[in-house]
Amino acid sequence: MGEKQLMKGNEAIAEAAIRAGMTCYFGYPITPQNEIPAYMAKHLPKRGGTFIQAESEIAAINMVYGAACTGARAMTSSSSPGISLKQEGISYLVGARLPAVIVNIARGGPGLGNIAPSQADYFQAVKGGGHGDYHMVVYTPETVQEAADLTMKAFDVADEYRNPVLILGDAILGQMMEPLIFKEPSGRKFDKSSWILGNRKGRKSHLINSLSLSEGVVEQWNWELKKKFDLMAGKETMVEEYMTEDADVIFVAYGTSARICRSVVNQARKQGIRTGLIRPITVWPFPSETIAGRAKKTKHFFVVEMSLGQMIEDVRLAVLGNATIHFHGRPGGGVPAEPDIMKQLKEILQS
Amino acid sequence: MKKVYERNNIAFDMPSPYCPGCGHGVIHRLVIDAIKENRQEDNTIFMAPVGCSILSYTYLDLDVCQPAHGRTPAAATGIKRALPDSLVILYQGDGDLAAIGTAEIIHAANRGENITAIFVNNAIYGMTGGQMAPTTLVGQTATTCPYGRNPKDGQGYPIRVCELLQSLGGVTYAARTSVHSAPNVLKTKKAIQTGIENQMAKKGFSIIEILSACPVNWGMTPEKANQFVANEMIDYYPLGDFKKDGKIIQRSDH
Amino acid sequence: MEHKIIFAGFGGQGVISMGTLMAYSAMAENKNVTFYPAYGIAMRGGTANCSVIISDEPVASPVIACPNVLVVMNEPSLDLFTAKLQEGGALLANSSLIRKKAERKDIRSYYIPVNDIAEELGNGKMANMAMTGALLKIMNTVSLETVFQTMKKTFSPKLLKAVDINREAMQKGFDAVQP
Repeated sequence: MGEKQLMKGNEAIAEAAIRAGMTCYFGYPITPQNEIPAYMAKHLPKRGGTFIQAESEIAAINMVYGAACTGARAMTSSSSPGISLKQEGISYLVGARLPAVIVNIARGGPGLGNIAPSQADYFQAVKGGGHGDYHMVVYTPETVQEAADLTMKAFDVADEYRNPVLILGDAILGQMMEPLIFKEPSGRKFDKSSWILGNRKGRKSHLINSLSLSEGVVEQWNWELKKKFDLMAGKETMVEEYMTEDADVIFVAYGTSARICRSVVNQARKQGIRTGLIRPITVWPFPSETIAGRAKKTKHFFVVEMSLGQMIEDVRLAVLGNATIHFHGRPGGGVPAEPDIMKQLKEILQS
Repeated sequence: MKKVYERNNIAFDMPSPYCPGCGHGVIHRLVIDAIKENRQEDNTIFMAPVGCSILSYTYLDLDVCQPAHGRTPAAATGIKRALPDSLVILYQGDGDLAAIGTAEIIHAANRGENITAIFVNNAIYGMTGGQMAPTTLVGQTATTCPYGRNPKDGQGYPIRVCELLQSLGGVTYAARTSVHSAPNVLKTKKAIQTGIENQMAKKGFSIIEILSACPVNWGMTPEKANQFVANEMIDYYPLGDFKKDGKIIQRSDH
Repeated sequence: MEHKIIFAGFGGQGVISMGTLMAYSAMAENKNVTFYPAYGIAMRGGTANCSVIISDEPVASPVIACPNVLVVMNEPSLDLFTAKLQEGGALLANSSLIRKKAERKDIRSYYIPVNDIAEELGNGKMANMAMTGALLKIMNTVSLETVFQTMKKTFSPKLLKAVDINREAMQKGFDAVQP
C-alpha cells in the first residue's frame, strides 16, 4: 500500500492513468479539467510517455485513435463542450475496435454554459453521443479515491473489450482535494499482436478502419459489436447500495449527486426517516436489475441529478411502474442543496 | 530478355480500384516503389484518408490506419509518437487535407511531426461525385459551383498548400510535382524519395503536393485532363521545391 | 465531530492556502477531509473562497450548503456568507479590514485583527496564518504542532525559510481568541 496523499480529482485521475501504463496523452485546455493536461505535461514525458497539447479536442481524440492503433494505452480528457467535439472520434474508436480512455469533467451547458459542475452530459455519455449503434462502459466516480481506482480499471476494461471507456465526473470531482492511496494497477497483460499496426515482420498486414461499402458487411459487423456490448452489460455493471434494506424512500443518484444524497440519508436516519441510496457506479451498463429488485418492495424512488432529468428515464425503465418516481434536479451548473432535498423527502413521506 | 519493369508486390494482385486516367494509381505505385527501395515494407504504416484514395487499403499490402475525414495528420501524430521508428506515410486528397483537415495538417506540420505527407491535389471531390474542392481553380465547374468557381461570389480562392505550409518552422521539405507526363512522374518519384529519406533521418515534416487528373469528374478524356493539368493547374500551382532542408526557397512565381 | 468550514476573502489574501493547509493538517491527523475551491476565476483582487470539511466519519457531500465555521477575511465575504452559517456556528472575521459586526445573534462571533497581528511581525501577508491560529483554537480539532509540521512539508522551497515567522503569526492568532 502506498502513502496517503491529498490530491485534486483531476490530478489523481492523471496519476492513476500513468500508473496504469498509459503512455500517450493528448488534450486541449478547457476548464474545469485543466489540471489533467498540466499534470501530464509535467510528469508523463519524465516517465517515458508522450504528452501533446493538441490543436483541438478533435485532433486530440484522433491522436488517441492513432496511438491506440499501435497498442499503446492512450487517453484524452476534456469537459462538456470539448467532449461534444470528441464524439466523432469516439464513434470511430468503437467502429475500429480501439481501446482508449476518455475523461469528461463535465460543466454546465448547453453551449458554452459555464464552468460549474453538471451531470447534463448523461444522455451523451450513455445513449451514444456520436453516430451509429454503440455503447461504452461509463464510470461515474464519487470520490477522488474512486476516481483513481476506476481510472486504472478503465484501461483494463478498454483493452479487454477493445472499446473506449468513459469516465464521467463533474467539476466538483475534478477540483476537490481528498486523501487517497494509489492502489497497485492490476498488471493484467493483453495480447494485441493480432491487430496492432507497426513492426510487421513475419506477419500479414493489418488494417484498422471502420468502413466497408460491400453489402451486409457493416450490418454483420454491428451484430458482432452487439455481442460485445451484451458481454459488457453482463459483466461490467457496478452499483453501490447504501441503507436500502428497510428504506421507505430510495434515492438514485451518481457521482457528486450521490454524495449529497448520502448526506441527506445520514441526516434523515438520525431523524428516524428510513431512506437509502442506490448509486450506479457505471451508468452504462445501468444497474437496472438492482433498481428493479428494490422496486418490488420500496414504493418511492427519488432521483437526484445535476440536470433537468436524464438518468431518471433509465430509472423509470427499471422500475417499470412498480413504484412512484420523484425528482430533484438542478441544471446549468446548479448543485442540489441538502436542505432542499430533505424538504422534498419529507413531502414525499407525507403524501 | 532483360526485365525492365515488374509488379511491385506491395500492391495486391488485383486491378487498380481507380477510374481510367486517374492519377492515384501512378502515385500509389511511386509511393510503394519508394517504400520498397528503402526496404521499409515491414516498417511502414500507411494512413488512408477519406476520399477516393480510401480505397488504397484494399490495394496495398501494408499496415494501414484509416481515420476520420481530415484527421489523418492527428492520427499519424499519435502513431508516430507511439512508434517513433516506424515510417508513417500520410496519403491525403485536397478535401481531406485542405478543407476539413486544415487545422490538423497545419499543426502536425508546425509541430514538425516526423512524417511524410503525400498530398494529391486534383482540384475536385472525387468520391462524393465532383463537388468543389478548396483547390478547385477559379472558373472551374463542379456540382457545387455549377457556374464556375467565383471568389467574388463568396466561393473563395484556390488554396496553395505548399506556399501556405512553407513558413511553418516544423516543415523541413515542401515540394509540388505533377504526374501528367513521364518526366514529371520521375520528378515526383524523386520528391517522394526525399520525403521518405527526411523521415528516416528524423528531419521533421515533409509534404509532397502532387497535381493529378480526375478525368471523370472534370468531364474530360484522360488525355484532355492531363492537358488541363499542364496548361491550367500548373499555371496557378507552380511546380518545384518550396522548402528544402528547412530553408524556404525564394521564388518569383507569384 | 464534523467541521464544515468556508474560507472567504479576496484573491491574494491566502484564502486558498489557508484551506489547503487545514486540509493537509487534518489528513496528517488521520481525519477524513475534503477541500473544494471556487475555481477558474482566480484573479488577484477578485473573490476567493474554498470549502473544507473535516470529519471523524467519511465525508458524504463535499459541498457545504450551511457551514458551521465561517472564516471571512474581508467585508464582502461577511455580507455574502454569514446568512448561511448554521445556528450556533462560529464566525471568524478579520477585524483589521472588517469594520462592522455581524447582525446575527444566534452565532458565536470572533473578531481578530489578523492584518495588524501580521504587520506587527513585519509582513501583512501572514494575516492568513494568524487567522489559521485563531481557527485552530476555536475548532480544537487539529493541533498547532501538526500544522507547523505540515507547513514544513507543504511549503514551497521559497517559503520554507519563512516557516518560523509564520509559526509565530499563527501562535499570536491562536492566543488572540478565547473560545
